[in-house]
Amino acid sequence: MYRYIPNTREDQEKMLSAIGAGSVAELFSDIPEDIRLDRDLDLPDAMHEQELVSHMKAIASENVNTADHPCFLGAGVYDHFIPSVVGHVISRSEFYTSYTPYQPEISQGTLQAIFEYQTMICRLTGMDVSNASMYDGATAVAEAALMAVRSTGREKVLVSRGVHPQYREVLRTYAVHAGIGIAEVGLSGGMTDLDGLRDALSGEAGVAAVILQSPNFFGVIEDMEAATALAHEYGALTVACVDPVSLAILQPPGEYGADIAAGEGQPLGNPLNYGGPHFGFLAAKQKLVRKMPGRIVGQTTDSEGRRGFVLTLQAREQHIRREKAVSNICSNQALNALAATVYLSVMGKQGLKQVAELCLSKSHYAYSKLLATGRFEKVCDAPFFREFAVRSVDEPVETINRRLRDRGMIGGLALERYYPEMKNCWLVAVTEKRTRQEIDAFVEAAAGGGR
Amino acid sequence: MAKLIFEMSKPGRTAYSLPRCDVETCGSDVLIPEKYRRKKDAELPEVSETDVIRHFTELSRMNHGVDTGFYPLGSCTMKYNPKVNEDIAGMDGFRAVHPLQDDETAQGCIRILYEMDRMLSEITGMDRFSLQPAAGAHGELAGLLVIRAYHAHRGDTGRNKIIVPDSAHGTNPASAAMAGFEIIEVKSDERGGVDLEELKAAVGPDTAGLMLTNPNTLGLFDENIKEIADIVHDAGGLLYYDGANANAIIGVCRPGDMGFDVVHLNLHKTFSTPHGGGGPGSGPVGVKKELEPFLPVPLAEYDGKQYRLDYDRPLSIGRVRSFYGNFGVILRAYAYIRTMGPDGLRKVAENAVLNANYLMHRLKGHFDLPYDRTCMHEFVLSYGRHKETGVRTLDIAKMLLDYGFHPPTVYFPLIVSEALMIEPTETESLETLDLFADTLISIADEAERDPEKVRTAPHRAYTSRLDEVRAARNPVLVYVDEDTAE
Repeated sequence: MYRYIPNTREDQEKMLSAIGAGSVAELFSDIPEDIRLDRDLDLPDAMHEQELVSHMKAIASENVNTADHPCFLGAGVYDHFIPSVVGHVISRSEFYTSYTPYQPEISQGTLQAIFEYQTMICRLTGMDVSNASMYDGATAVAEAALMAVRSTGREKVLVSRGVHPQYREVLRTYAVHAGIGIAEVGLSGGMTDLDGLRDALSGEAGVAAVILQSPNFFGVIEDMEAATALAHEYGALTVACVDPVSLAILQPPGEYGADIAAGEGQPLGNPLNYGGPHFGFLAAKQKLVRKMPGRIVGQTTDSEGRRGFVLTLQAREQHIRREKAVSNICSNQALNALAATVYLSVMGKQGLKQVAELCLSKSHYAYSKLLATGRFEKVCDAPFFREFAVRSVDEPVETINRRLRDRGMIGGLALERYYPEMKNCWLVAVTEKRTRQEIDAFVEAAAGGGR
Repeated sequence: MAKLIFEMSKPGRTAYSLPRCDVETCGSDVLIPEKYRRKKDAELPEVSETDVIRHFTELSRMNHGVDTGFYPLGSCTMKYNPKVNEDIAGMDGFRAVHPLQDDETAQGCIRILYEMDRMLSEITGMDRFSLQPAAGAHGELAGLLVIRAYHAHRGDTGRNKIIVPDSAHGTNPASAAMAGFEIIEVKSDERGGVDLEELKAAVGPDTAGLMLTNPNTLGLFDENIKEIADIVHDAGGLLYYDGANANAIIGVCRPGDMGFDVVHLNLHKTFSTPHGGGGPGSGPVGVKKELEPFLPVPLAEYDGKQYRLDYDRPLSIGRVRSFYGNFGVILRAYAYIRTMGPDGLRKVAENAVLNANYLMHRLKGHFDLPYDRTCMHEFVLSYGRHKETGVRTLDIAKMLLDYGFHPPTVYFPLIVSEALMIEPTETESLETLDLFADTLISIADEAERDPEKVRTAPHRAYTSRLDEVRAARNPVLVYVDEDTAE
């Protein structure tokens, strides 16, 4: 017997006799003999529950984890504190065991939470409309580019080299096969080279979108206002890839005139999860709403005039429009977006600002301490948030990271992996979770001292 | 109705607890140039922790999940979501691992990816899996890009069409369009399978491939599958298996043995991971050997001692997502497969099919059954009495809400009018199936006696019928309160 299958032998016999079938095998008689599997699958035998838990614990212990080891690694996924409340809410099985809210009368919980999520994303980004979530930051940016192509009728996209390298890879996968041209805009002093951007815009006829990230992959705050103005001058849309925590203190995309705001939502109450599940957010100006991919929730009333919520503007979607849909997305990352909604409710107007300020202060503290050791030098002089790049004077980053690991810490990213010209450059993230003591120990170990 | 969290906000209330700043640096007023700073605070709610918990608990109670009751939503495989798998996904050794840690410090995670690749390959009869796609539709996109890359690599550049049956999920044609293909739709024959003559006429030197769900969305196994595969392969095309309905065949037969070249699975359907109110899912994509070089990067490798992520795959279509996929979902599915084992997985399919046939048998005298043959994991009824009673399938679905059931999928597949697509899954008992059948039959009777009552359902749900037309005509997509209105 298997605990997830309630049918007893007696039940099975009763059902078979009702159907008029002699055996369960008879029900599979439409499957031609020669393609039936005439053996058991070659898989390990079933485990009982206790055995399973021990097995999984043993595998988990093969990983170094950030709960036990202070983490200074970011690069798109950040070790922020998650209030206990978040896990408790998303563990309510009425939320996590439900499907996409196709039947609104018994899905008001999910629907209202998404409506609240959309409102929070719009308030953070300063945009007019938000969808219910995308798979992650990378696909949100790629879909934003497709949206821009659809609404401008143009087929070229410019993307800054300051945008997360993996996002650019995904953008390339999505766009190139759809016949969309991608060109990259270089960097200058850790920021997007705006002269280069102007050259690219004037050189390339018919650019649909300019994609910038701020804070960019190096943590640097870009001059989004100038870039947006430049894009608009050439009739291109601006896609702002932004960090939701930073938006508590940084100018929101809506204020500098971006047309689409997209990004990774993980920092809002979602664990690292070895890269997923997280969620992407996508918000836009009102005029683009019918070009948006994914689920959107709207307010309405029931037959007695009471407020309620439903999935809406579905004529954009694959289940209605099939090959003419704006995207193929069906399942999204609803539960992760719910976690973000709870997180933002807990943090609220003041708390999120404090998180952002703490990240800012602690990362600057770590930065100046590292420079003060003399073992690291500046890569650029631009303002940054939560994350920064430094160059090791005489050691490969791998050596530094190994030393940190020996002392129970998780070091930063070797930038050379994505930017071959950035030899010995190290990308370090410092969230509100890192204490002064941890940062001091980190700096000491990074500099090679204190054995 | 529940208040919105914004309507509960009161300046000065807090639900957060944060450390004091323990380093002496300046704040944003000094560290960030003024022109980059936010001028007006984002109007997030200001509420207490009690408020947050009460609010979201209230919302959760307005939801129906698998744990609340029967959820026979066709093609969605709403089976029970094992609790121990949630505990496992919550272990610090998994949830608190950063995706860019060195491979040596993430051996457990890469091991899960590697073993899942091996196990899913065995289950489907394929050679290699990428676990990167985040959902079924995402797997379709990845798989179609692989097909595209395969043809292109052979210099076979004229293959720009994907054939899709008229019974297919909407994501199939949408994914094919996104991958840059033109779509050719083929009709179903009178038994609900692919019409072979239509297919023969549709294939040619421009055929990149055929996308097929088997069993299809009618819940019927296409017994001509070998011929279909031959027709497509002979024309130089490839076969894509949409794994949305894999719960019917797991351990019984394998897409790889049917002739499919590319497969995606929905871990959130067949492999019991929760749907989360619409996600996260996971849509791993598997291929036969010839297509392996084109899979997304990276893939997990094992040399007998160490696990590692392999990025050196020059023919890859590239990434379809950041990092390695919805790892937490993959992990739950891994735990499920290890719990069930080979015998348990076959019993999943056997009982899913038995339950569906029993329920079909109970209901077929009371509703029309357009394809009256043995079904697999699901079946499609039609409410043919709507002209006489004025009651539509939608009304019957809404009436089911009053009895604590989630309705079946309605109006799909598109080739059946007034369709009800019912998938009970193997995790439901005979008693539940009987109660559901009795209820649906009584609603059909009610539609004869008191059609108005059915047309105005639900009467006992959290809300009465919601006006979807109004929502679309005058979209209100965010909350605007007086304080923040400009």
